[in-house]
Amino acid sequence: MKQYWKSIEELIPEEEVVQEKKSSYILNDGKDSSTNSRRDFLKYFGFSIASAAVLAGCERPVKKAIPLLIQPEEVKPGTANYYASSFYDGSEMVPILVKVRDGRPIKIEGNDMCKMTGGSASARIQASLLNLYDESRPAQPMVDGKATTWEQVDADMLKILSEWDAGKEFVILTSTIISPSTKKLLADFKAKYPFVVHETFDAYSYSALRESFALNYGEAIIPSYRFNAAKLVVGFNADFLGTWLQPVTFGRQYASARKLTEGQREMMRHVQFESTMTLTGSNSDERVPMAASDEAHYIAALFSLLAGKAGVSVPTVNAPEQIQKIAEELWSAKGKSLVVSGSNDVDVQSMVCGINHILESEGNTIRLDYPISLFEGKDKDFEDLLNRIEADQVGAVMLWNTNPLYHLPLDEKTQNVLAKVDLKIAVHSQQTESALACKYVLPAPHFLESWDDSELVSGLFTLTQPAIRPLFKTRHAQENLMAWAGVEGKYYDFIKSNWKENIYNINLSQGKQFETFWKTSLRDGLVFDDTKKNSVPSFSGVDTSFISKYANPVSGNELELVLYQNVPIGDGTLANNPWLQELPDPVSRVCWDNYVAVSPAFAALRGWSQGDIVAVNGIELPVLIQPGQARNTLAIAVGYGRKNAGRVATDLGKNVYPLVKMKNGNRQYFVENVDAVATGATYELAATQSHHSMEGRALVRETTIAEYLKNPASGNEKHEEVEKLHTTLYHEHEYKGHHWGLVIDLNSCIGCNACVVACSAENNVPVVGRNEVRRSHEMHWLRLDRYYAGESDNPEVVRQPVMCQHCDNAPCENVCPVAATNHSSEGINQMAYNRCIGTRYCNNNCPYKVRRFNWYDYTGADTIPNNRVDPAGMTLDLKRMVLNPDVTIRAKGVIEKCSMCIQRIQEKKLTAKREGRMLEDGEIKTACQQTCPADAITFGDVNDPNSKVSKLLKDARQYGLLEELHTLPSVVYLSKVRNKDQNKTLS
Amino acid sequence: MYVSPVREPLISGEKSYSKVTEEIYAPMTGRPGKTWYAGLTLALIALMFGLFSIFVTVWDGIGTWGLNRTIGWGWGITNFVWWVGIGHAGTFISAILLLFRQKWRTSINRSAEAMTIFAVMCAGLFPLIHMGRLPLGFFIFPYPNTRDVWVNFNSPLLWDVFAISTYLTVSLLFWYMGLIPDIGTIRDRLKNGIKKKIYAFLSFGWTGSARHWMRHESMSLILAGLAAPLVLSVHTIVSFDFATSVIPGWHTTIFPPYFVSGAVFSGFAMVLTLMIITRKAINLEDYITKAHLESMNKIIIATGSIVGIAYITELFIAWYSGVIYEQYAFINRAFGPYWWAYWIMMTCNVITPQLFWIKKIRRSFVATFIISIFVNIGMWFERFVIIVTSLHRDFLPSSWSMYSPTWVEVGIYLGTFGLFFTLFFLFIRFFPVIAIAEVKSVLKTSAEKFIKKGK
Repeated sequence: MKQYWKSIEELIPEEEVVQEKKSSYILNDGKDSSTNSRRDFLKYFGFSIASAAVLAGCERPVKKAIPLLIQPEEVKPGTANYYASSFYDGSEMVPILVKVRDGRPIKIEGNDMCKMTGGSASARIQASLLNLYDESRPAQPMVDGKATTWEQVDADMLKILSEWDAGKEFVILTSTIISPSTKKLLADFKAKYPFVVHETFDAYSYSALRESFALNYGEAIIPSYRFNAAKLVVGFNADFLGTWLQPVTFGRQYASARKLTEGQREMMRHVQFESTMTLTGSNSDERVPMAASDEAHYIAALFSLLAGKAGVSVPTVNAPEQIQKIAEELWSAKGKSLVVSGSNDVDVQSMVCGINHILESEGNTIRLDYPISLFEGKDKDFEDLLNRIEADQVGAVMLWNTNPLYHLPLDEKTQNVLAKVDLKIAVHSQQTESALACKYVLPAPHFLESWDDSELVSGLFTLTQPAIRPLFKTRHAQENLMAWAGVEGKYYDFIKSNWKENIYNINLSQGKQFETFWKTSLRDGLVFDDTKKNSVPSFSGVDTSFISKYANPVSGNELELVLYQNVPIGDGTLANNPWLQELPDPVSRVCWDNYVAVSPAFAALRGWSQGDIVAVNGIELPVLIQPGQARNTLAIAVGYGRKNAGRVATDLGKNVYPLVKMKNGNRQYFVENVDAVATGATYELAATQSHHSMEGRALVRETTIAEYLKNPASGNEKHEEVEKLHTTLYHEHEYKGHHWGLVIDLNSCIGCNACVVACSAENNVPVVGRNEVRRSHEMHWLRLDRYYAGESDNPEVVRQPVMCQHCDNAPCENVCPVAATNHSSEGINQMAYNRCIGTRYCNNNCPYKVRRFNWYDYTGADTIPNNRVDPAGMTLDLKRMVLNPDVTIRAKGVIEKCSMCIQRIQEKKLTAKREGRMLEDGEIKTACQQTCPADAITFGDVNDPNSKVSKLLKDARQYGLLEELHTLPSVVYLSKVRNKDQNKTLS
Repeated sequence: MYVSPVREPLISGEKSYSKVTEEIYAPMTGRPGKTWYAGLTLALIALMFGLFSIFVTVWDGIGTWGLNRTIGWGWGITNFVWWVGIGHAGTFISAILLLFRQKWRTSINRSAEAMTIFAVMCAGLFPLIHMGRLPLGFFIFPYPNTRDVWVNFNSPLLWDVFAISTYLTVSLLFWYMGLIPDIGTIRDRLKNGIKKKIYAFLSFGWTGSARHWMRHESMSLILAGLAAPLVLSVHTIVSFDFATSVIPGWHTTIFPPYFVSGAVFSGFAMVLTLMIITRKAINLEDYITKAHLESMNKIIIATGSIVGIAYITELFIAWYSGVIYEQYAFINRAFGPYWWAYWIMMTCNVITPQLFWIKKIRRSFVATFIISIFVNIGMWFERFVIIVTSLHRDFLPSSWSMYSPTWVEVGIYLGTFGLFFTLFFLFIRFFPVIAIAEVKSVLKTSAEKFIKKGK
């Protein structure tokens, strides 16, 4: 057979081919191989990989973390220390705890050893932490705008003081000083330099209140108020839950007197007469809009009616219908009632003194034996100082934590009076307008960097201790005085010796040696001497004939303007604070601006709509239509329009302090006969809520006390209906260990917003700025929904804190394609930020709309350069020191939301585990719960039948928000109860 | 061949087999006209603008869109659903009509399928770029990994990933299968050169043998069988994105059939819009005739009416359910701040297609063109209404909000038009717009030249 071959190998015998191959192999293995060997390949390969790696490695800067060589005993990496201190910014004083991680204060919490505040704090106290890390703080002593040293300052000042012309005054102008040590130091300083005069100027004046007590009781005091001892509170323009005197203390008292959770069957009734809708008015059981100019008339009428009942002769006044009714109620609640007024008019406050005296409030709801040391400034004294300056009797003014050039009510001519003083010294811890006019700017440390003490009421001593070394070249204001008076040592030494000499006594120390006493006081932050009380001044009364002046209402068709402090910004002292600026006003839910609040009726009359810019006595601001405002009243918040406050607050809104007028020697925060004209321009306010009606949905459920007593489930009937339908085809989650739950008592919540800031601070919630809020991009994990009900001229208001409801049947969980949000074995709806790809499907499907998307790079967690949206400077290295290292910073493009403070849960669980014990109920507190003055929020284990949460869940008032959707939320609300009789109302 | 007098010829004019090939092949030969260049340039400009908008989105963040805490999806997902809907006609025509042996489909199936593919490509872009973290988009695939993380098979968005990618794959295969004989024809007509090599490669060695035809036919049938349920499933699954949620206005069992018929409705409208221009532009009037127009318009009436009934059913059920949220959602659609979107939708989708009951209108190219544009607009607004007006006022009035798009979102939408038309212009230049082989298969029975009317 013929051989067909397919390949050459088949044709040629095998051996030959192999031979051929071999020889070529050997040949190739010779000289040529040196250029292209395996070794070379590996060399080149290795080199290129290494250089690629090096080149790639060049991209990111190396950040070094250097461990401590000698570790301080109390510093444990990853463990927080708490230092007791106290907050005081010239308004309220609250004992606090400062949480310090790795040497940085990262959170402020109320000190729970204080019985007045019970460990709660306000939004402003929570936020004041961020002022510590304010990059615009004065960083070093300056003279004539040039940097100098403290030695130079001391030399200059000693020279000035030693050569002082004794005919002139050296005025130290401060905000109210509540520190006994500082007071002593000032006295010492005055003793050394007799020409030194100390004057007090408060940013917001309460001088008529003190004056009225001086007139009626012989002592210019502000008493302690006990709202919790009252069964009926009648307020006249006093926003005591938001800004008046001591809102944290009052909020706590108020809520405790209205709680129905622990078997209480009675609740305090609150009626508010007010000109604009305040936080307090929106919480009241009944509210009567009243022109500010008529306040005196209303109070005079009430006084006259009550005096008639008590048999005291005062002129008769035509009483409005509501006043007649409330007078009856007050009379029957004698001894258990309280009338307060926010007015700064002596006549009004005198009448209030008279009313409270007739109602026998002294000793019950008003404690004259515990006067508070806040707001000592007297407007008349300040007026007198200005006159002395004009008369050229003042040679120097030292402005110490007071900023009169911003807060001054008077016209520009009077502002120029200060210019007549030759030597002006500013001692401030924040940037101020007044510092611009001063020769010397001597920066003081922030209160978290300072030593100080206080005596708020007789016997209650607190200490302020630094939680961090001073960030800048600052010096205590007190140490300035000590240096200039030749007192040795630091201010700390001065406080300690003052305590040893003047405060340490047998009642306080309970037998302890001073050093022990000092250490325990420092640890606790406060000591209370319950034997130290002031003597009770007796009521002498004033000649009441003046009340006939107020026999008739004076308000007509003229426009009035009310100047009020809002909850976030207050008097404007802490305005340069992104957390506060971003915090929506609890009533209007607008942030980042002030505005002219206008009643709906008046807006309709003038044809104004929201956002129209109107000029009120020349000040142009946008209109906000505010239901519940008195008809012909406009209202503008003070505290805005700062000119030199730092990056955040400068030029936000307009300053309306210049509109404040003097009357009877006191600053009046309302102006009669204002003119307001539309300018034709418009402005978009940054509002976090644009729809104000519940649309008939059972979101906030409420009832009246009468109905509640008949049936505790009244107003909450729907809950039972929904419970009947509770069934599911799917398997339900099983919780073998803990099952966390949160109960929110809507009857306690006063809507103060402290929880919102606490949450932002705890969870590193980004600040997005005005423009982003306008676009509804705000990031708050917790918000306070506010709804109006009833007529727009005087609606009822309800509020509801809403955060992630941690549904057991969570709509968000099953729609996430990558399972980035899932359910924990303890009932928490979790977010794995690293896993999130940002489809926002969960956000769409959340019926509560509590999920927040990182629209931009707000935090600097992104790796893309030049794309940050950070209008408030929150990504500056200095401000980033405030971040809580236990909580991840979220990158652009991921969803975030309330985690029920999972880091706090985990910390306490681990502590209990390490200590080999069960977790105790109440040991874990979420940030919102911790700060709540009203104790409206309770966190705990639903699986533990004895936990507080489990007990609250048995309350007939409990319901889940949108429970009809069968989302089975772990956050449960208790319905609101109004102390109001349907048949017997004021109007 | 004798046919019934009511049957009109589908191909008019004196068409021999070779004439068919020549006429359809004509636009691919010679230099393209100025209009082609102008069109392509315009499309490329739109595409570039779209790419720039996408760049801005990825670099700066989704914050450049008009979305907010209440409205998580806006134009992006509206456009996604709209493009997916448009991508329904092609497969419907080629698969379902093939199974029903509709001869008129042969003239339009090629371009309709091409359109489907391009539309699905445009649609597929949106779920990607609407992600906050696009570079991590691969998390959506169930790939094995050391971190033991797995995707969530409960999420309709994940179903979307599979539905859309399957649909795109099968549509692409089906389209390409149909192209093979025609590519063979083109290859045979080309002289030597690189072009011939490319077409030779693309033709998979097609020789037109009986065995090739047999395999081609059976493969077409198999793919048609596969594609037909896909036509129904894709939009069903897209509708699940909404139907499985809890949002009033989304949580509706009527959505799957309603979305599918809406999709076919909008897809046919888009095919009509394009075909009416294309037949004029490249002289294919004899192949796409009034008979085609009428058949397609009939489907438009049918699907449009289903959509209309669905709208009314939704309203009825909202009332009948007694659920206040549902009731409010529908009242808000019709009379809320986005009333205009609702009424544009109602007018364009429910009223205008009813005009096709009039024979004169449904046989008029001009009228059909106008109405098809109306339907395209109406169907876009349908998606906008469903997505935005349901979200902007859901359960808690405190969170209600408004939405309007930014230039970035508009830019991306324009960009998808750019992508679509760029691909379409390239398609008409490089592939026969009408399936030559398939048209030839019906010449005997449906071309004017070959049929005789029975008496």
